[in-house]
Amino acid sequence: MVPSAGEIAPAMATYVLRRLVQMVPLMLGITVVLFAVIQAAPGGPEAALLESDRFIDPAVIEAYRERLGVDQPVPVQYARWLGAAVRGDLGVSFSTTRPVSEMILERLPATLELMGASFLLAAVLAFLLGVFSARHQYSAFDHFGTGLSFVGIAMPVFWFALILQLVLGVWLGWLPVAGTGTIGASSLGDHLLHLVLPATVLSLRYVAGWSRYLRSSMLDTLRSDYVRTARAKGLSERVVVWGHALRNAMIPVVSVMALNLAGLFSGAVITETIFAWPGIGRMFVQAMFARDYPLLMGILLLGSSMVVFFNLVADVVYGVLDPRIRYD
Amino acid sequence: MARLVWRRLKRHKLAVASMAIVCIVSLLCLAAPLVAPYDFDRIDLGSIRQPPSPEHWFGTDDLGRDLFTRILYGGRISILIGLLAALIGTGFGSLVGALAGFYGGRVDGLLMRFTDVVYSIPTLPLLIVLASYTQAGALSMAVAVGVLSWMAIARVVRGEVLKIREMEYVEAARSLGATNARIIARHILPNAAGPIVVGATLAVGNAIILESSLSFLGLGVQPPTPTWGNMLMDAQATMASQPWLSIFPGLAILLVVLSVNFLGDGLQDALDPRAELR
Repeated sequence: MVPSAGEIAPAMATYVLRRLVQMVPLMLGITVVLFAVIQAAPGGPEAALLESDRFIDPAVIEAYRERLGVDQPVPVQYARWLGAAVRGDLGVSFSTTRPVSEMILERLPATLELMGASFLLAAVLAFLLGVFSARHQYSAFDHFGTGLSFVGIAMPVFWFALILQLVLGVWLGWLPVAGTGTIGASSLGDHLLHLVLPATVLSLRYVAGWSRYLRSSMLDTLRSDYVRTARAKGLSERVVVWGHALRNAMIPVVSVMALNLAGLFSGAVITETIFAWPGIGRMFVQAMFARDYPLLMGILLLGSSMVVFFNLVADVVYGVLDPRIRYD
Repeated sequence: MARLVWRRLKRHKLAVASMAIVCIVSLLCLAAPLVAPYDFDRIDLGSIRQPPSPEHWFGTDDLGRDLFTRILYGGRISILIGLLAALIGTGFGSLVGALAGFYGGRVDGLLMRFTDVVYSIPTLPLLIVLASYTQAGALSMAVAVGVLSWMAIARVVRGEVLKIREMEYVEAARSLGATNARIIARHILPNAAGPIVVGATLAVGNAIILESSLSFLGLGVQPPTPTWGNMLMDAQATMASQPWLSIFPGLAILLVVLSVNFLGDGLQDALDPRAELR
């Protein structure tokens, strides 16, 4: 028996609540691993601070030592770090002596914008490709799409980026190759033009993956009885495919898309570096070169939280779209 | 078993072609000192920055070094890193998955929660941090990549083991007095070989891509030892004036990773006992 909407909502609420509770040990585990990784830095995290040639405000060094309690045993250091982190205090950056959380929040909009644009682009292209491939299975277009998606997955992202920069930017001069706007001539249109290449590069992998996934899910759905019924009623092929079949076919794909949202964060590290996009990914690479451990740790923690959060979103979305899923 | 798989794999034309490509490229790279037309670090100032020509198939770089030769030598390291990392990741992942699936209960809970934790940390950023700690050599690179590519395999193997441990032949082995270690090694893992082999194959391609990404950020194997990744990094600045320096190493990566993935795809079909023979 299919439960009514009234029955689902409380079940869903309980489910989400339970998942939120389960997240606590997972997040704790993540912080332990991240803390261990940063501790494993050659000479320990504070060594980088003391040995560097840069001038660092002695007050920062003192604050850092005090907060970590470098003389304390590692578990105590972890507890102190965690205690501060829970209150949103991720420490002070070595390279700028500013609070890490403030630096991250400052760069977050640019990264979210890039991730969002890539997500939209990938979703639109993947749906068009996937549905069209499924409707014309084994056609030339279908084979082309399959080949393209294999290439998309096997291609080093930065190489694809370099080639796009060369062809579309340098040779043809159609698109700007770096930054977020032309200096002195920035407008919304100009800004969006700067977004085209990075978003294309970042979405490539997902266009490839999602379109194949949607294709196979669509092929299954097109064979089902209710689709045959819809056709028998005399509905046009367009209504059957885009109206009836797609709604069911997209359920598994949408949950994969939610899962992959966090993967876009990983991809942003390379993409932002290549296109000089002033987001968190680029800041991460700069922090790595500066051995700015508090900043690295903060960004890794943000990335991991995104993964955990989008995992939950994926499961909830799956439940909302597919009433056959029971939460008990 | 092996013959059956081979017979089924042969039907998958693309997979066979891919396997041939992987073998040929690997052999050429392995035999680089014999087949390469030049020395990989021979500087020839008389022929710098030449586009592809009959003398230099893939052109030359700023120091007049032959690019084709360097790609062959670079392939040795890149492919070696891919294989080693896949071996480490698959080995560790299979072990974790087998232990979790076989023992169940608290062992399972502990190992799988640990897997969840590592899975939740974005791989590339974490790898970047780890790679920045080590003196970038081929071995440390392979270890760093391998250490972060076991989670998917662990989950798959665990699932397989959960199924297999209920089989009668496992029961039979146990009643004959086989130890747990023997049952895992002789009866369970061989029967989970399908997904393990597929996972390992795909891991090779993934590791080659990761190595090149690290090299791109300057964290990979350092010059003068060429790898496809660090050749690409060197070529970035001259992309516009000498595009061949970027295009060929990238194509080499694309060709090998693409072939490895096609092969993995074919193996997946060939190793799946439920798949219909076409």
